[in-house]
Amino acid sequence: MKFFRGSSGPETLPAQASQKLTRRSSGLGELSRSWESADDLCVLDLGSTSPTNIRHFTERGHRIYSEDLLTASTDPELLTKDEQGNAVLDSRKFLADNLVYPAAHFDFILCWNLPDYLDESLVKPVVGRLWSVLKPGGMLLAFFHTRDAGPDSPCHRFHIVGADTLEMQKIVLRREARRAPTGAVHTAISDGFQLQRVFNNRHIETLFRDFASIKFFLARDNVREVLVVR
Amino acid sequence: MSTPASGLAQIGKSVVIKGELSGSEDLYLDGQVEGSIALKGNSLTVGPNGTVKASVDAKGVVVQGKLEGNIQASDRVDLRKSAIVTGDISAQRISIEEGAFLKGKVEIQRSDAK
Repeated sequence: MKFFRGSSGPETLPAQASQKLTRRSSGLGELSRSWESADDLCVLDLGSTSPTNIRHFTERGHRIYSEDLLTASTDPELLTKDEQGNAVLDSRKFLADNLVYPAAHFDFILCWNLPDYLDESLVKPVVGRLWSVLKPGGMLLAFFHTRDAGPDSPCHRFHIVGADTLEMQKIVLRREARRAPTGAVHTAISDGFQLQRVFNNRHIETLFRDFASIKFFLARDNVREVLVVR
Repeated sequence: MSTPASGLAQIGKSVVIKGELSGSEDLYLDGQVEGSIALKGNSLTVGPNGTVKASVDAKGVVVQGKLEGNIQASDRVDLRKSAIVTGDISAQRISIEEGAFLKGKVEIQRSDAK
């Protein structure tokens, strides 16, 4: 299942990124119809903090939770070794510090491209936790690259700018700022997260097998949008 | 980046406070506070060097530094681009600059006056 593997992980917070691209999203369009017609919904956004998304939901009277799981997964304290001595991330510790919500709490979860960029050791545990915090009948939107996208596909933030329109912004990571002997502060900038793998349709169905239904939308930009219902 | 206005109560960056902080005037906080902050009817500004581990209850809250705890604002909350906030925010209005980091819930209180 794993085709791509990033080298070293990012060190600190995602910084403001570069240019923005606009894309149409069928999955978002379907979700929008639901949240435009209901009141006081509870939404979980798992991408980088997006003022646009927060405004989008709060203007409609919904509650939004923001939690940047990719950044959280770069915590060096998560590093551990499995039984074979391979370096992995400690999923128990990760889930003790993140995604800590009551069961069946959310109406919608915006996963964006998280599974493609999240470390292998965290993907299944995270999806399991997402199932438990989503309400029965609640919906989750996730994006998966196709193999044609290539290993260098940049990781994006997603901003909701219309009922079925997203603005995509490449994530750039800022490494720790260091102070030179002269007193000047230098901040090294690195590229964003690296694509960890490509899921095919069967892998995606297996990943979400505990959910009640799954729907695929194939987009033009080598991305499959997946809408799952608990 | 905004700087404190003259005459505004200030907690400098070398100051560390643990406990309950309350008052009836606006406060600029650039140091460290751990506990709770209550400034009902007044505003709190956490400066770029400020590190707060406290629940905050104020009229307005501006964050430029780090804040860990829930924010309850009767008016508005501004997260500036350097803000790193972990906690739930409840306010009538919220403004978040591009680059700010938030882990938590945002809930807009509806004004029930009249």
